[in-house]
Amino acid sequence: MNTTNVNDAPVVLAAHGLVKRFGGITATNNVTLNLRQGARHALIGPNGAGKTTLINLLTGVLEPTEGSIVLEGQDITRLAPHQRVQRGMVRTFQINQLFDSLTPMETLALTVSQQRGFGGKWWQPLGAQRAVNERCEQLLEQFHLTAVMAEPTKVLAYGKRRLLEIAIALACEPRVLLLDEPVAGVPAGEREELLQTVAALPADVSVLLIEHDMDLVFSFANRMTVLVNGTVLTEGDPDTIANDPQVKAVYLGHGEDAHV
Amino acid sequence: MDASSTNVLLRSRRMRPWEPVLWLLAFAAPLALPGHALIINEIAIVALFALSLDLILGYTGIVSLGHAAFFGMGGYAAALFAKHVMPDPLVGLAVGIAAATLLGAVASFTVMRGTDLTRLMVTLGVGLIMLELANKLDWLTGGADGLQGVVMGPVLGKFEFDLFGRTAAWYSMSVLLVLFLLARRVVQSPFGATLKAIRDNRLRAMAIGIPVTAKLAQVYTLAAALAGAAGALLTQTTGFASLDLFEFHRSADVMLILVIGGVGWLYGGVVGAIGFKLLQDLISAVTPQYWTFWIGLFLVVLVLVGRERLIRPWTWFGGRKA
Repeated sequence: MNTTNVNDAPVVLAAHGLVKRFGGITATNNVTLNLRQGARHALIGPNGAGKTTLINLLTGVLEPTEGSIVLEGQDITRLAPHQRVQRGMVRTFQINQLFDSLTPMETLALTVSQQRGFGGKWWQPLGAQRAVNERCEQLLEQFHLTAVMAEPTKVLAYGKRRLLEIAIALACEPRVLLLDEPVAGVPAGEREELLQTVAALPADVSVLLIEHDMDLVFSFANRMTVLVNGTVLTEGDPDTIANDPQVKAVYLGHGEDAHV
Repeated sequence: MDASSTNVLLRSRRMRPWEPVLWLLAFAAPLALPGHALIINEIAIVALFALSLDLILGYTGIVSLGHAAFFGMGGYAAALFAKHVMPDPLVGLAVGIAAATLLGAVASFTVMRGTDLTRLMVTLGVGLIMLELANKLDWLTGGADGLQGVVMGPVLGKFEFDLFGRTAAWYSMSVLLVLFLLARRVVQSPFGATLKAIRDNRLRAMAIGIPVTAKLAQVYTLAAALAGAAGALLTQTTGFASLDLFEFHRSADVMLILVIGGVGWLYGGVVGAIGFKLLQDLISAVTPQYWTFWIGLFLVVLVLVGRERLIRPWTWFGGRKA
């Protein structure tokens, strides 16, 4: 992995001292995280470490109690989720969040239309724009969804739904992509391929990956952050993390969590 | 490849052969059934009202128990305009639509957040407020006596409203057709697709960059405009506006009609309106006092059995099939 140059690339997404309290519980405690341009950055940690809370803070689903978030030089701490998406930060969900009554083709056509600024058009049918359709076809092809593109999403098999989940995010043309356990529930044979699709994104797209499967994480990431009890335990390149005694202690102590 | 996927998107959007036939039959109906022009007019108006509710309920997932607020607003505005300013129906219709649109834009702030239950309560509340306002402002609306003496001029300066309601039926049906085609355009567009996305999964809709609250406001305002048109048609063709326009039963009936005809399907409102009005006519001819009992029973059966099964009697006794 090109671990050498990624550490010199500019920071595209920065979280400074993020704190999130739910009543008396501190789910995120003073987290500072820098995602560099083109990084394949993994966020790992045992269950309950606060990974999903952190994603929700970054994407605007939750508002932080303290701290700030900067995307490509702009403070986005108080922006609504859809405004962050419009600025190029896109996420996927650990549990599929799909449009069940729409077909994959409709879903992607709508997403691409929205991304290109046609989401408010009402006088022209969806599917009337050749450029939008062509982009949808590429995505359908890339994610092996062409055969089921006209079926309602609710009848699709789980594996196809998972692929559509990721395809929607890519249809938003992200510059920063947050993947929340993208291969959860995907059959072992298809995991590699799915992650390769993600790893093959253009070099200037930055990816933050949350994942439990350590083999996958180490094959994918060129930078890692370990989160424990809502705080950053350590950060570094994969070799450093693999040999870090603190990290070993956390994962040996919670051995079974690492592969849940 | 390109041709096939474009077809996938555009195929479902083509007009079916039965559609022009249906509309032609509808327009021929006042001639073929001259004694029933009044009820045909009523059906067209209720269908338009249900179509407007479908935009928010069926396509966007906003439940409302106060849609009569916009119906009444359009109705009173059109009636007042005809009485005090000028009797031209189309200008009056535009005024009714404008008034309802304005009210819809303001009221849309109340449905942006919250759960279905909050929306039910808030829309119900807005409906009640409008009813009480119309009641209190009796110097303007005539209060409980209603607004009398609304006399309409001829449509397009040519077609006088007749006693049998034929012109009224054609007028209402023409407006219904135009607004139906507009609504069809809207729900098939990228804008319409974003509405369905919000209905299916609001969280994901936000996560692909859709400004959810702005879209809700837009569709709510549009639906209010259509409801206002329906209200305006009613006062214009009956020459009378009363508090009944704002009554709760109107909001409830229109939801019932949509459930009978099918939500999330533009013909649902039309089919539901025809079904509801015919049922009402049929049952109340047999048992004038207890017709709501039968409507209620029908509704319970419809919802429990499901529309799909109900209109396919051969599936009733087939037992469960894999």
